[in-house]
Amino acid sequence: MTDYQNIFTRIQVRGPAYAGVEPTHTAWQRQPALGFSYWLGKIGDAQLGPIYLGWTGVISLMFGFVAFEIIGLNMLASVNWSPMQFVRQLPWLALEPPSAKWGLALPPMAQGGWWILAGFCLTVSILLWWAKVYARARALGMGTHVAWAFAAAIWLYLVLGFIRPLIMGSWSEAVPFGIFPHLDWVAAFSIRYGNLFYNPFHCLSIAFLYGSVLLFAMHAATILAVSRYGGEREIEQIVDRGTATERAALFWRWTMGFNATMESIHRWAWWFAVLCPLTGGMGILLTGTVVDNWYLWAVAHGVAPAYPLNSIVDPATVGVLK
Amino acid sequence: MTRYAPNWRLLAAIAVVGLSGLLASCRDDGTSVLGKTSNQTGYRGTGMVQIASKSATEALKLKNVAPPPEDPADPDSKPAKEVYQNIQVLGDLTENELMRLMASMTTWVAPEEGCNFCHNPENLADDSLYTKKVARHMIEMVRSINSKWGNHVGTTGVTCYTCHRGKAVPEFVWFGNSGPKQAQGMARDREGRGLASATVGETSLPYDPLTPLLAHPDDIRVVGKKALVSAYIPTTMQTETTYGLMIHMSEALGVNCTFCHNTRSIASWPQSTPQRVTAWYGLRMVSEVNKQYLDVVAGLLPASHLGPEGDGPKVSCETCHQGVSKPLLGATLAKSYAKELGPITGPTPPVKP
Repeated sequence: MTDYQNIFTRIQVRGPAYAGVEPTHTAWQRQPALGFSYWLGKIGDAQLGPIYLGWTGVISLMFGFVAFEIIGLNMLASVNWSPMQFVRQLPWLALEPPSAKWGLALPPMAQGGWWILAGFCLTVSILLWWAKVYARARALGMGTHVAWAFAAAIWLYLVLGFIRPLIMGSWSEAVPFGIFPHLDWVAAFSIRYGNLFYNPFHCLSIAFLYGSVLLFAMHAATILAVSRYGGEREIEQIVDRGTATERAALFWRWTMGFNATMESIHRWAWWFAVLCPLTGGMGILLTGTVVDNWYLWAVAHGVAPAYPLNSIVDPATVGVLK
Repeated sequence: MTRYAPNWRLLAAIAVVGLSGLLASCRDDGTSVLGKTSNQTGYRGTGMVQIASKSATEALKLKNVAPPPEDPADPDSKPAKEVYQNIQVLGDLTENELMRLMASMTTWVAPEEGCNFCHNPENLADDSLYTKKVARHMIEMVRSINSKWGNHVGTTGVTCYTCHRGKAVPEFVWFGNSGPKQAQGMARDREGRGLASATVGETSLPYDPLTPLLAHPDDIRVVGKKALVSAYIPTTMQTETTYGLMIHMSEALGVNCTFCHNTRSIASWPQSTPQRVTAWYGLRMVSEVNKQYLDVVAGLLPASHLGPEGDGPKVSCETCHQGVSKPLLGATLAKSYAKELGPITGPTPPVKP
């Protein structure tokens, strides 16, 4: 059983390819399994497929491809179609939203129309993929937890690129496409609104982000640690605790006085993960629409600690002897 | 088989000593650790620290050496106007003072080319060389900086050498920059963003923040002034331009943001360092210098000295500072030229309006 003590999967169980439960109420037939991959088996199940795309999946990929092409080709055009510069500067290249003067109007393509079109295609693609995730879960008789977790991420995406710009009355308030450009935008956004670290929803979001990481590590480590007692059979152990569960539970009682159960640990993880973009989206939505300077907001509400001030005054407010 | 149990006490002792050594090395009192020196510049816990590497500091020391001043002029001398013709801006000097300044300017600006870089050797009063006309504007500029901008240059002042460093054209001038060619037609116009640019410290921020913001320094401010939304509406895109300028300043001075700001509230003056006030005047000084002198000089220069957009060279913080917070590491060369390039008035105290 020492196989389980490795950080990679050491055991690959190979049977005949498993096609899964019979699909019901679906227009598409499932594709046959493609076969097995030894290397995939190192990190997961060695079996590849069957894949089910369906109408939503196919149309989603099509829209996603169009968005990808619009963004990529505009980036390529921004370096005058030079493949060399495209590769060299790829992390810096951008497809920017229209400038502020356009408000919510539809500008010419060269002035940001492409950003709107790319955003529309990407949004359609993401929403269709969500529908596919939801439908596939239903088709398998599963709950829709994955779809709603995905929806939490989509909420943050829509707040940043659609809902907040709509409320602000300007597409220019949205995030640009691009690797460094979107990061620079985040930094500038925080500067403009007086430091996002004083936004309590940002605080919550970070707490849930780091909390997710902590829970992930605690849970994964616990299960791996008791796998020599069959601890990975978590679902059965929700109703029928075996020695693995008892040991894992006792371990956490010894170390922190309290333990989650085989079921509740997954609810902890799901809620932490989902609340991260949910609270983050709320924080973004309030920025610039309600709160203009989060530092001053934090001072007004007794959140920001006071440090000794010096006597420096804004030179713009004082005259200078000539 | 013998199993050796680890000596836990010894291991614990090693860990304690090692950890405290590590903690002790995290100091911000100017002590050098692993070739890095960090200096605390603000209240504890605010992260206001300047970090410098020993090798970079050494390199900057070698690079920023001011030449020695010429010997003082013998006061027993006639007014320059009586000896020379066509003296337009240096009429208040004596002949000896004029000669001293001319000799110094040659070392500072055209050490290889010599006097003839600006003067017609047959007739020193001749204005036919454009370099002479440029030099006249530049002397006026230096005098204006020393006498009018004491809130930026202090009592240190500037000379030609502060920017020129022995070169006819200072190394760190800048031109309007609309970036390399981009595809036309329907493709998204870059609108000055989204390229790797040294001007803004290799970020993808707007690559020419200097043209709009050095012309209008009052547009730099973007941070919300009240806790809740009011009529104050600078955009996030504007903020990116300001951010680009700030990165440019930070790179030009070889400092980080906390040299001037307490970054928990970048806009707050009572939490800033005095250097932020100096920088505020510096931005206005650069703005005025570009408008009153460099834009005029641009009309005198041959096309080969103009930028890709056809504009003349301009100054930014980097033109003088060249990687250090005090140009030439605070050398007081200008004091030896107070008569020729002064007066050096020093800072003027603020008054309530």
